[in-house]
Amino acid sequence: MTELKFSKDHEWVRLEGGVATIGITDHAQSALGDVVFVDLPEVGRAVTIGEAIAVVESVKAASDVYAPIAGKIVEVNSALVDNPGLINTEPTEGGWFFRIELDGALPDDLLDADGYAAFVDTLA
Amino acid sequence: MTDSEVLLETPLASLHRELGGRMVPFAGYSMPVQYPAGIMAEHLHCRAQASLFDVSHMGQAELVGEGAAAALEKLTPADVQALKPGRQRYGLLLNEAGGIVDDFMFANLGDRLFLVVNASRKHIDLPLIESVLPAGVTLRPLPDRALIALQGPAVAALVPTTLTFMGIAEIEIAGIKVLASRSGYSGEDGLEISVPADQAEALARALLAMPGVLPAGLGARDSLRLEAGLCLYGNDLDETTSPIEAALTWSIGKRRRTEWNFRGADVVRDHLDNGVKRLRVGIRPEGRQPARGHTVIQKDGAVIGEVTSGGFGPTIGAPVAMGYVARDAAADGTAIDLIVRDKPLPARIAPMPFQPHRYAR
Repeated sequence: MTELKFSKDHEWVRLEGGVATIGITDHAQSALGDVVFVDLPEVGRAVTIGEAIAVVESVKAASDVYAPIAGKIVEVNSALVDNPGLINTEPTEGGWFFRIELDGALPDDLLDADGYAAFVDTLA
Repeated sequence: MTDSEVLLETPLASLHRELGGRMVPFAGYSMPVQYPAGIMAEHLHCRAQASLFDVSHMGQAELVGEGAAAALEKLTPADVQALKPGRQRYGLLLNEAGGIVDDFMFANLGDRLFLVVNASRKHIDLPLIESVLPAGVTLRPLPDRALIALQGPAVAALVPTTLTFMGIAEIEIAGIKVLASRSGYSGEDGLEISVPADQAEALARALLAMPGVLPAGLGARDSLRLEAGLCLYGNDLDETTSPIEAALTWSIGKRRRTEWNFRGADVVRDHLDNGVKRLRVGIRPEGRQPARGHTVIQKDGAVIGEVTSGGFGPTIGAPVAMGYVARDAAADGTAIDLIVRDKPLPARIAPMPFQPHRYAR
């Protein structure tokens, strides 16, 4: 399994063969609380880094999910439509949001697991 | 509230921390929005068994002296004078324009009235009440009392009382003398328990030790009251909203509708006689996407109102909301669009409560 990279917007990125699978981190799902709805981007859409492309709604509030990399949406996790709770129960597995075909290289400000953990600690 | 302002704490602050409460600022207080179980689980637990809520941030006060009930009636269209000893009622405080200054509970304790007002409004309500009191009637704020709500279908068996819905009495729970009313803000049977601050933690621990009682935070309190169709002051009610627009006409006493001697009576009377332009209604969005407060409501492309409270109803298993719409679009079943992130979300006007009340009447 490829190592996960993390954005400071609390997304994880798993790059395999030019396609990155992306979701929100365990820290993010815990902060959001019970997820009840997701609005996913359209397949085929070209996205740029930092663009708000999905929405996740918990019982409490709505939050944007940003594209951590540039490229084209090639797949979205339709299982989340009927079972958005997957984002809480398995945020980095079954709770993935979308797959982006990477355009160019991974941004160099993505963090590794230790770097992200240290970043989260600074937020507390 | 700015960061530089110090948040107040309730007498249960250390218990909240011990229970893993996630503390957030609310009406100037540091309050638990949820515990580790999460809002969904806390909400469902309250509907199934019993949940303990700290609502000590709310304002408690006593009104004492000959003519206290008549004095309060200057500010509220509720019938205070006819309320029997041992009974509690819901009322509205009004401004000169018939707008709602606050919603509150008042109870007849025989020798005095007991009041519970919203935390965010107590600094306005109490001076307002004070300003209309005749000589001999005194308002006594009770800052040294905590308020604990125990809500859910299991409460009646855990804390047996002779009270019926909206009854109030001094009773003993776990050896602690409290003032308990059979009421709440969840739509479920339950008690709201006023207790001296220095005994609040002992009482909360005794209640939490009872089988099936779990703590619940403000998040679950909000989703429970929304499913029950109950208003939240500041969201669903404010100083520009009349009791008739808010669909709270039932809180106006019958006698009061012949006397018209409360503040704002002219406007209220006009709204009753001639109808209102907008009404508070229930709203059921289609699908699973919630619509939050301030969402614009359209019908046939024209703006007809705004959502004032909205979210996901864990018991309903679907999004629910309430808001204000033009009178001619307020009928149950009317098709509307909620403009969520610039896209129309189809919805219908729906009867409230979304979740039937289960009060012990």
